[in-house]
Amino acid sequence: MNIRGAEAVMRCLTEEGVTTIFGYPGGAIMPVYDALYDFKEQINHILVRHEQGAIHAAQGFARTSGKVGVCLATSGPGATNLITGLADAMIDSTPVVCITGQVASHLLGTDAFQETDVIGISMPVTKYNIQVTRAEDIAPAMAKAFYIAATGRPGPVLVDITKDAQFGMVDFTYEKCHSIRSYIAKPKLDHKGIEAAVDLLSTAQKPYLLVGQGVILSEAQDALVKFAEKSGIPVALTLLGLGAFPADHPLYVGYLGMHGNYAPNILTNECDVIVAVGMRFDDRVTGDVSRYAKQAKVIHIDIDPAELNKIVKADVAINADAREALEELTKSIPERKYAQWLQQFRDLEQIELNEVVNDVINPPDNELKMAEVVDLLSKKTDGQAIVVTDVGQHQMIASRYYKYKGYRNNITSGGLGTMGFALPAAIGAKLGNPEKTVVAIIGDGGFQMTIQELGTILQAEIDVKILILNNNFLGMVRQWQQLFFDRRYSFTEIVNPNFTAIAKAYSVDASKIEQRLELDEALDQMLNSKGAYLLEVVVQREENVFPMVATGASVSEIRLN
Amino acid sequence: METTFNISVFTENSIGILNRITIIFTRRHLNIESITASECEIKGVYRYTIVLNTTLDQVKKVVSQIEKQVEVLKAFYHTDEQVVYQEIALYKIRTDAFTNGTTEKIIRDHHARILSVDKDFMIIEKTGQPEELTHLFDELNVFGVLEFVRSGRVAISKPMKTLEAYLEELAENHR
Repeated sequence: MNIRGAEAVMRCLTEEGVTTIFGYPGGAIMPVYDALYDFKEQINHILVRHEQGAIHAAQGFARTSGKVGVCLATSGPGATNLITGLADAMIDSTPVVCITGQVASHLLGTDAFQETDVIGISMPVTKYNIQVTRAEDIAPAMAKAFYIAATGRPGPVLVDITKDAQFGMVDFTYEKCHSIRSYIAKPKLDHKGIEAAVDLLSTAQKPYLLVGQGVILSEAQDALVKFAEKSGIPVALTLLGLGAFPADHPLYVGYLGMHGNYAPNILTNECDVIVAVGMRFDDRVTGDVSRYAKQAKVIHIDIDPAELNKIVKADVAINADAREALEELTKSIPERKYAQWLQQFRDLEQIELNEVVNDVINPPDNELKMAEVVDLLSKKTDGQAIVVTDVGQHQMIASRYYKYKGYRNNITSGGLGTMGFALPAAIGAKLGNPEKTVVAIIGDGGFQMTIQELGTILQAEIDVKILILNNNFLGMVRQWQQLFFDRRYSFTEIVNPNFTAIAKAYSVDASKIEQRLELDEALDQMLNSKGAYLLEVVVQREENVFPMVATGASVSEIRLN
Repeated sequence: METTFNISVFTENSIGILNRITIIFTRRHLNIESITASECEIKGVYRYTIVLNTTLDQVKKVVSQIEKQVEVLKAFYHTDEQVVYQEIALYKIRTDAFTNGTTEKIIRDHHARILSVDKDFMIIEKTGQPEELTHLFDELNVFGVLEFVRSGRVAISKPMKTLEAYLEELAENHR
C-alpha cells in the first residue's frame, strides 16, 4: 500500500487502537490533518482551544482509560504550548504520545516560519523523543513511541514529523514494537529481594504500607488489597495514589503528605518497617528527609530503578512491577494482624476529626467551607465519580475529603502542580471513561488559566461537571503568605469575572451559590444535569488548609492549626 | 566528599542522545570536566567517557538517571584507581625553536613524537596523564608554544566483565 506519510500517521494510530485524539491544526501539521479528514469515522478528533488543553486532555484520557493519550499539534508555538503538559506527564508518569508537525527537512535550522527546535526543547520533559524526516521512518517511530510511552514507568513521548515526511510516499506496513534492546520495560522479579522483604516483615511490630500511583499504573489494586489483608499492614496513600486502595477499607489509614492526614504523617516516624510501593518519596510526602522515618527499615518497590535509593535509602530495594511484587510477597507473607498498631492510627485520626475535620465539614459559622462541599459531593457520588482537580487549596481539600473508592478516579496534577490542568484533563477523563460522572473541582485562579477549553466542551459536547470553589484569592499562596510571609498578601487577591455568565456564553448551564442552604440542591442539580454544568460555590475567603507539614518541618511535626 | 569519577556510557547511535545525557548534568548543576565519545568494540554502540568531580552519592544517582534513558545500554562509574586512563595532547611550536637542541632533548625525555614538520612550525604529540601533558607544555613553552590542544580523557576500567556480557544480560531481560 503506497500512501503518503500523513496517512501513514493515521494508520499507525488505528493500528495502535487509538480512537480518540486531541489536537489543534496549523501549517506544519496540515498534511496530517488532511489525512485525518478521511479517518473521521475511526478516530474521534477533539478540537481544543490551545495545545496545552490538548495535552492535558490526553493526560486525563490516559489516566482514566489506562490507554495512551494522543495529541496533535503544529510546529513552533503549537509544539512549545505542549511543554507544560509534557513536563506534567513526565513527572506524573502518564503515557502520552504527542505528534508535532515540523518545517520541511531542508528548512531545519534556518529559522523558517514556525520552526522551533522542539526535540531540543522537549528533551528534558519527555521519556523519549524523535524527529522523523522521511515517510518510511514514520511507522517505526510511531510503534516505538507507543511502546515506550505505555511500558515500564509510563511517560510522554514526542514524535516530530517534518512536512516533507508527511507529504512523502511510503509502502506502508506496521509492526508493533515489543522490545528495545537498550530498554527494560519490565524488570525480572528479584526473588532475593522478595525474600529479604519477607524476612524484614516477619519480625516487624509496626509495619506500614506507603502506596503511590505505581499500583494504579500496574493495575495492582486487587493485589494490594490481598497483600494488605493477608499481611495486616495499615495502608496510607500518596496524592497520586488516592484510589489505589479503597478509602472505606478498615486497613486504610489516610493520605500522606504536606496537607495529608494527621495519623499517617506522624506515625511514619514511629513505624518499624516501611513497605513503599510505586511511590517516589516526593518532598511533599517526606517533609524534612533528614528526619523522615529514620527509625524504620525501608522496603522500596518501584519499576523505575532510578527511584530506588534516590531520596530515601532502601534496606531492601526491589526493582519490579508493583503487581508482580505484591503478588509474590502475598504468597510468602504470613497472616498477621496489628490491632494495637492500627489503633494508634485510629486514636490520632480521632484527634484530627475533633480538631480539624468536624469543624470544616459542619462549620459553626455561616460561610461555606471548601471541605463541606467536597464532603457532600463525596457522599452524593459515593466516592465513585471521577474527580479531576487543579492545583491549590481546593486540590488538597478534595484529596482530603473526597473518599475515593472507584478505579482510576483520581486525576490531578501532582508532581508538577500545574494550575489550569483540571478543565482540559476533565475533558479527556470523560472521553477515557464515558460511563462515569466526571467532576472537575477547580479554584477560581486555575480555572482562568485554561478557561478557553469551555469552547472544547461546547463543540464536542463533553459532559463534565465543573465545580468552582471560589474564594477570590489564589488561596494556597495566600495561606503561605499568611503563615510564613507575615500576611503580606502580595498579588494573591484576584478580581474574578462572572463565571456563570461565561459558562452560559459557551452554552454550559451554570449556577452560583453562596449559602449553605443552597448547597445540597445545587450539587444535585449539577450531578443530574444533562451535559456539562458549571457550579460556582463562593467559599470562605481566608480559609486555610490544615493539617500542614510546613516546609523544613518533619512529618511528625504536622500542625493541626 | 568530592572525588573524580570516570563515567562510561554505552549508547545506541542516535541523534540527540548526547544531549539527553548532558541535560542530566546540567539539571543537577554539575560541571562535566571532560567528555569524549566514539564507537566502541561493538559496531553501532557508542562509548562516552565523562569525567566528573562529585560525591559518590551524586554519581550513583547521575548514573542511574543516565541508564534510565531509553537509548542508553549501560552506564558505569569508576574512581581513578579503578581505571586506566589517558589523554592526548598536540603542541605546535616554531620549527626554528627546535634547532636549539634543548627542545629535542625535551621531546626525547617526555617520549613525545613529532607528527609533522613544516618550514615554519612543527606538531608534537604526547599521550599521557594530564599532569604529564601539562609538564611537557610548561617545558616547551619556555620557547613559545603557538597552539596547544588536549583531548578529553579516555578510560578503560580494570574489572574484566565485557560489555557483551552486559548486553546478553539485557537481552535475557527481554524474556
